[in-house]
Amino acid sequence: MWSYERRLQYPVNIKERNPRLAQVIMSQFGGPDGELAASMRYLSQRYSTKNRKVAGILTDIGTEELAHMEMVCAIVHQLTRDLTPQEIMEGNFERYYVDHTLALWPQSAGGIPFNSCFFQSKGDPITDMIENMAAEQKARTTYDNILRLVHDHDVCEPIKFLRQREINHFQRFGEALRIITDELDSKNFYAVNLDYLPDLRK
Amino acid sequence: MDKTSREKLFACITATSFVLDDLRLYLDTHPNDQEALDYWRKVQRVRNEAVEEYTKCFGPIYSYDVDVSNRWTWVDEPWPWEGRC
Repeated sequence: MWSYERRLQYPVNIKERNPRLAQVIMSQFGGPDGELAASMRYLSQRYSTKNRKVAGILTDIGTEELAHMEMVCAIVHQLTRDLTPQEIMEGNFERYYVDHTLALWPQSAGGIPFNSCFFQSKGDPITDMIENMAAEQKARTTYDNILRLVHDHDVCEPIKFLRQREINHFQRFGEALRIITDELDSKNFYAVNLDYLPDLRK
Repeated sequence: MDKTSREKLFACITATSFVLDDLRLYLDTHPNDQEALDYWRKVQRVRNEAVEEYTKCFGPIYSYDVDVSNRWTWVDEPWPWEGRC
């Protein structure tokens, strides 16, 4: 189970509203390389993963991604809190506002709704770890793209923290992949699914 | 305790929790690294003390720790996403 901890993983305290920036950053909530997709990817993959260390990494990173989702939502919320109708129009926020007012809803910056096709849970640990490493890099690129548009220190600091976590997670998934390939039998040089054909383990 | 000590204590919880968050992932793939295990023990102790002190003086971080004397205090304080400003 999960229980709520009444704190953010890294503080978010934004003084100045900026609906245009909020529209961009919300992609890391419900967009193709966002934190919701990341969390659901790892927490879905773990059940069929037979290697206990790898299942542990998936559980713990999947859990941390939920905390990142909360940080991204806190950023978007604080950037749009109490916007006036005039600020909504001037900030090009009206097309989001009309459907969601100032609530959080998982979508990409371009308005495409969250979709589980953003991620895969394949039941093959090599396939899944390579998917996860790619996912961490895609999220890191997205944060780099966001950072080029941010000039507010209050927004920049938590985004930089989130970007760094993508790099750490990439490293951990790299180790998970190595742990899995270390288990491969020399007869299994095509690296077929270890979790579905366990007789090809060493 | 005043506002400054509250902020300091909360910052200590944030920092020590983060050390454990990152170390947890490392230990998942390096369960026998004695240096990392020593570090875990050291930071875990500081974090436990900080959480206990904060909960006692300013209210619970976990709903399991809500002290029910005369009212339910879990929903009294601002939520984390509200920020300071």
